[in-house]
Amino acid sequence: MKDFSNRYIFIFSVVMVVSVAVLLSLTALLLQPKQEKNVEVEKKMNILSSINVTSTKSDAVTLYDKYIRESFVINTRGQHIEGVDAFTVSLRAEHKKPLEDQYLPVFTAVMDNGDTLHIFPLEGKGLWGPIWGYVALKPDMNTIAGATFDHKGETPGLGAEINTTEFESQFLDKWIYEGGSFISVAVVKGGADKSDRHEVDGISGGTITSKALEAMLREGLVKYENYFMENRK
Amino acid sequence: MENVEKEPLLSAKNIKLMTNPLGQENPITVQVLGICSALAVTVKMKPAIVMAVSVMVVLAVSNVVISAMRKSVPGRIRIIVQLVVIATMVIIVDQFLKAFAFDVSKQLSVFVGLIITNCIIMGRLEAFALANKPWPAFLDGMGNAGGYGLILIIVSFFRELFGSGTVLGFPVMEKLGLYKTGYEDNGMMILPPMALIVVGLIIWFQRSRNKSLIETR
Repeated sequence: MKDFSNRYIFIFSVVMVVSVAVLLSLTALLLQPKQEKNVEVEKKMNILSSINVTSTKSDAVTLYDKYIRESFVINTRGQHIEGVDAFTVSLRAEHKKPLEDQYLPVFTAVMDNGDTLHIFPLEGKGLWGPIWGYVALKPDMNTIAGATFDHKGETPGLGAEINTTEFESQFLDKWIYEGGSFISVAVVKGGADKSDRHEVDGISGGTITSKALEAMLREGLVKYENYFMENRK
Repeated sequence: MENVEKEPLLSAKNIKLMTNPLGQENPITVQVLGICSALAVTVKMKPAIVMAVSVMVVLAVSNVVISAMRKSVPGRIRIIVQLVVIATMVIIVDQFLKAFAFDVSKQLSVFVGLIITNCIIMGRLEAFALANKPWPAFLDGMGNAGGYGLILIIVSFFRELFGSGTVLGFPVMEKLGLYKTGYEDNGMMILPPMALIVVGLIIWFQRSRNKSLIETR
């Protein structure tokens, strides 16, 4: 390999870096709309799955428009906040704010049988990274009508099982209130009592993720208490 | 490529560049490079195949780019130049996966980005592309990525079959009726240590068939 002058090396590096920068910006710009669409469709599929509507990538947007009637943002006192799009609120950013300033998104869905379900997004910390989910409550604001969870990087086969239907379906018909006081649903290690309406089975080998999910449910839902009280039917 | 007439595009020597890394000079089983991603993305076959294709694109293109620039790359900054080329390719592949194969890109998550640190790629750029013409460099890249991908796919086949009872998501074990006889999936297969053991078994099998690979000592 020949010896190059310092001047050549310098110019070579500058030209290389600039051309790479242009190439990467172009790729990112051109693909961005498609990527954002993917994220949006996935979120809609998750929300639909919490009200037990199965959707595919192609019909998620249509089904979302059909079932989800309203989406709005409230604060912990249950007051509506105008001018904020519930769909684009990032819970992770909201968690960093003081509790009373947090935006709390709510989605309402009207099902085929005329029932109105209220959907609440949740976000928490799993073992390796973020976990999140959507819980749908029946009009009594107590009975869980459906739940869906997902995670960024929980251990495959262990904690990652939280996004399986077997785990999620356990939440069906559980209660978050008992005699007027909020107690949420516990994720129990070593087998839950099937008749207990506040317990589901944890994931064997995924105890930390299970406990994280339990904390996410409790801490996420308790913020909506005022909303629950006002809208309970 | 001035001596194209002298040497046909797919001469015996060029074909060897492609086929040798599949077996005798396999980057994973013989050179034991790129092991970490082989452990991480082989739980299911689909991500393994996408990973193999991604590495192939990155390695083949980087090899060609570096080979085309080989006479103008200053030796003193060649490692940085190689890294920039690899990183650019990886980011482009990652962006394309996010746009066109969103599910798989979520499963592969950080591992696509970690292709940058895959030692096979750096190794081929430094050892081959810097000293050869673009066409052989392209074949060398395809061959080595192919050898890497082949092992990834073999390992993921066994891990998915015995760990989850499926092949490419198709429930083989269930269709065979094995669960009714009391068979259960082996959860251990899903965990990273089993990937290492499967790779070890492949190395054992390969060396028992090809004695020339066994180190004398």
